[in-house]
Amino acid sequence: MAPANRSALCEIFVTVPLDRIRNFSIIAHIDHGKSTLADRLIQRTGGLTDREMSAQVLDNMDIEKERGITIKAQTVRLDYKAKDGKDYVLNLMDTPGHVDFAYEVSRSLAACEGALLVVDAAQGVEAQTLANVYQSIEHDHEIVPVINKIDLPAAEPDKVKAEIEDIIGLPADDAVLASAKAGIGIDEILEAIVARIPAPKGDPAAPLKAMLVDSWYDPYLGVVILIRVVEGTIRKGQQIKFMQADTVHLVDRVGCFRPKIEQLGEMGPGEIGFITAQIKEVSQTAVGDTITDAKKPTAAPLPGFKEVQPVVFCGLFPVDAADFEKLRESLYKLRLNDASFSFEAESSAALGFGFRCGFLGLLHLEIIQERLTREYDLDLITTAPSVVYRLHLSHSKTEDAKVIELHNPADMPDPNRIDMIEEPWIEATIYVPDEYLGSLLKLCQDRRGIQKNLTYVGGRAQITYELPLNEVVFDFYDRLKSISRGYASFDYHQIGYREGDLVKMSIMVNGEPVDALSMIVHRGAAEARGRHMCERLKDLIPRHLFKIPVQAAIGGKVIARETIAAMRKDVTAKCYGGDATRKRKLLEKQKEGKKRMREYGNVNIPQEAFIAALRMGDES
Amino acid sequence: MEGSLPLATHPSDPATGVSHAPGMAKELPGAIPAPAAGSLPSLEREGELALYVHWPFCVSKCPYCDFNSHVRDSVDQQAWRDALLRDLAHEAAVLPGRRLGSIFFGGGTPSLMPPATVAALIDAATRHWPAADDIEITLEANPSSVEAARFADLAHAGINRVSLGLQALDDQVLGWLGRAHGVAEGLAALDTAQNHFGRVSFDLIYARPGQTPEAWDAELRRALSFGTEHLSLYQLTIEPGTQFATRVAKGEFVPLDPDAGAELFEQTRAATAAAGLPAYEISNHARPGAESRHNLTYWRYGNYAGIGPGAHGRRDGRATVRRRKPENWIARVEANGHGIEREDDLPPEARAQEALLMGLRLAEGVDLARIAAMSGLSVGQLVDAAAVDRLARQGLLARDGERLTVTDAGMLLLDAILAEIVAA
Ligand SMILES: Nc1nc2c(ncn2[C@@H]2O[C@H](COP(=O)(O)OP(=O)(O)O)[C@@H](O)[C@H]2O)c(=O)[nH]1
Ligand code: SF4
Repeated sequence: MAPANRSALCEIFVTVPLDRIRNFSIIAHIDHGKSTLADRLIQRTGGLTDREMSAQVLDNMDIEKERGITIKAQTVRLDYKAKDGKDYVLNLMDTPGHVDFAYEVSRSLAACEGALLVVDAAQGVEAQTLANVYQSIEHDHEIVPVINKIDLPAAEPDKVKAEIEDIIGLPADDAVLASAKAGIGIDEILEAIVARIPAPKGDPAAPLKAMLVDSWYDPYLGVVILIRVVEGTIRKGQQIKFMQADTVHLVDRVGCFRPKIEQLGEMGPGEIGFITAQIKEVSQTAVGDTITDAKKPTAAPLPGFKEVQPVVFCGLFPVDAADFEKLRESLYKLRLNDASFSFEAESSAALGFGFRCGFLGLLHLEIIQERLTREYDLDLITTAPSVVYRLHLSHSKTEDAKVIELHNPADMPDPNRIDMIEEPWIEATIYVPDEYLGSLLKLCQDRRGIQKNLTYVGGRAQITYELPLNEVVFDFYDRLKSISRGYASFDYHQIGYREGDLVKMSIMVNGEPVDALSMIVHRGAAEARGRHMCERLKDLIPRHLFKIPVQAAIGGKVIARETIAAMRKDVTAKCYGGDATRKRKLLEKQKEGKKRMREYGNVNIPQEAFIAALRMGDES
Repeated sequence: MEGSLPLATHPSDPATGVSHAPGMAKELPGAIPAPAAGSLPSLEREGELALYVHWPFCVSKCPYCDFNSHVRDSVDQQAWRDALLRDLAHEAAVLPGRRLGSIFFGGGTPSLMPPATVAALIDAATRHWPAADDIEITLEANPSSVEAARFADLAHAGINRVSLGLQALDDQVLGWLGRAHGVAEGLAALDTAQNHFGRVSFDLIYARPGQTPEAWDAELRRALSFGTEHLSLYQLTIEPGTQFATRVAKGEFVPLDPDAGAELFEQTRAATAAAGLPAYEISNHARPGAESRHNLTYWRYGNYAGIGPGAHGRRDGRATVRRRKPENWIARVEANGHGIEREDDLPPEARAQEALLMGLRLAEGVDLARIAAMSGLSVGQLVDAAAVDRLARQGLLARDGERLTVTDAGMLLLDAILAEIVAA
């Protein structure tokens, strides 16, 4: 029996029968109305009163809102009395939306049986839609197309239906026509969820088997763990075991979000909700881990567990050296909520004390950097991102031959000692509409890719490439999006290390090496890359009172060079009595601004330049 | 502020110039003939006080202007005269016993002031403070026929120097700059001014979008041919909040590229020097001895009293600023007997900084020992000696003992140089 109205105070130890559960996610291109629809569904099913419906309940982090991506999975449990007179529990899961979080996405999707595909009736099918739809299809989801914003005068639902069929290859006859804003079609959507999305399966009597979908730190509850029960039952007071982590915990809360927190006595198969178990750090909870009963464990863990490991490393240094401790504390705090990044202290001749940090990808790096800046009010310098190289060193007078891991190009040992360098490779699967195939192949080829497979599905090509990870971390994803106008989807996994003809390229500004900009590159690509870096820096470094050579070099050999012309004019043309005050304030501001730059060989380099210089732009 | 450009200027502060013309301008009690040309007003004049009077009204707002200027349907002339006189009396009361070296009427458009108000203010000022024999009394004027018709009265009121906002010698450009006058009318006004005032200067705005070196050369030569002994030549800059700023943001026009502006600046220096009016300040050119004494007071960081809306003053290290909006200022005067919004004693560092950033605008540069003595800091605390050396080696600065000057090559980079050398 699905209880229609549970209150937080009264815990009812009843699990929901499987055939009354539906678990689904919403797939939508940004701005097509995902949040509005989610809000509507919550409102319609009584999760929040009108007054509590502050817009867009699901996205709650600022950065997520601004970038239009979701970083943490969120769920809402909806109670719905369907037309058949029965009560259902619908779990809506919002999933992360970027390849950096591809693994998290795949775990969230694995927790559902179906998805709503929301398409804007006026805009039609767009990029993000595709990439996510394919992922959802791969998880064998039942997909219910919803054509939203039919209230718009420009709405063309028939054209959009045809697009869904032609471009995505999904039947769209039964697509629900809706307006999330005007509240049209909401009941039809709820009915379609009940009727078309399969109920989950699972044996309530079997030993507990649940997937750890996501986790985050909550200041009041400690670490909150989002789970999907696959078999058995989980209840308060139970001793549970994380199978990968091999740790045991005592469940002290079981509950769900409606979206307000509500405690439940227990959860059975097919249910999605959260538990807390007096865990202090998110790092103890690995996404994808299998949760089982400590005393009566399940025979085998769930398939598909992957240890999430940082693949991109960079240095983060406080602009003001006095902020080092503050940076350390802030990193600790952020890590409470995001175990997928790592950090350790490092020091650099030019940048002073800072941290070497590891991330899932460049977007992840930017998000962390942005949160440090915004939420913790830190001014940071970010050094060139790098992957982890394996260096095979020959023996020296004092040391035996050995293999070391290089996280930071600045630590590159004497090249004479290096026998061989290995770099990480990935296998990438890319879907792209036929018309962009040519540019895509060129991009992969330019990035040293090895084509493995090329097949067609309708008007869309599926390509598999092996690529060196260091060619992907900087801006591959951005470039991919731009050449395919956003219609390509991209997924990858690491396939191990391979030998590469790699060299360290240093950048010199006014004759002085800038270690934060040095990088490991493939010898064949070094010159183009060096030229590009010099050109970018020429634009990024403001003119000074003298001309500034910018050079890229390998060893002692200069491979590219640009010159920043000396400044010609910087003067206040008119300045009389009262201006003394204003000018003095300006001067103070100017000096403040200088503090935010780093000085190399008398040249002030603005902090944005460090990352911006690495973006490769159109050529190469 | 007639004839002025919004080149990063403060609203209350006028540009001015000096023209050397024969003839006397002795009209009113306290009004003295202009000093003769020939010698740079000496530093001995330092003890003298300069008085600035701000008249905030204009007939219309120019699209480049970010001064404290306002368009009003009508002005209660009696109330304004009384308020300015009260504001002046307040300054005289707190800074008695100084010798008055100059008065400057800026704006807005002070040539729209009733000459009787001008006369009353000069009269009161010279009664509060004994005037130097050769006191310089400047007024900024619009070069329109309406205003030219008042020049005789203004001269009679005691004005002995005018600064005319000619701005350009091209009718089309004047229209673009939103000016009411044409070239012919402006030149007629210049002629009238030269007949009535001992000293005349005028302003031009250059480095306009699309202006070629050839076109500017011709315009500048023509300007030099009128025989004034002072010229203020400002590069056009687009100030936030002006109509031009909006138009640039909308892409309606593109300001001249700074490198091209640099070329024009050098060309300007060469042409004026050849004509005997070298630059004595970044944008000001004069025959030696015909510099604006009033403005030199600012740049040499002497004492100045500022009255009227938004006017700034410096009294021995005490900074004053008056309420900016005309209605607020006048209300404050009526309530408090003066229009002051804030008064602060500047700390030694701030005084030293101001002295440097004003003084280095002058071709004569600064005397570090004097600034040290004035502020109470040591010479070593004023400037970053290593940076000075570095820039001197680059030819942008010259240091001779305690005298520090910015070279011709450095003048156009002054703001960047200041950021390097002025100690924090
Ligand atoms: N006219 C109309 N606008 C809608 C509808 N649904 C959403 N919107 C608007 O579309 C914009 C994007 O919606 P949002 O829910 O934030 O999209 P999301 O980025 O997919 O979460 C917002 O301005 C909504 O108000 C609809 O059915 N009709
Ligand atoms: S609006 Fe025109 S006339 Fe008035 S102060 Fe500004 S520039 Fe001068």
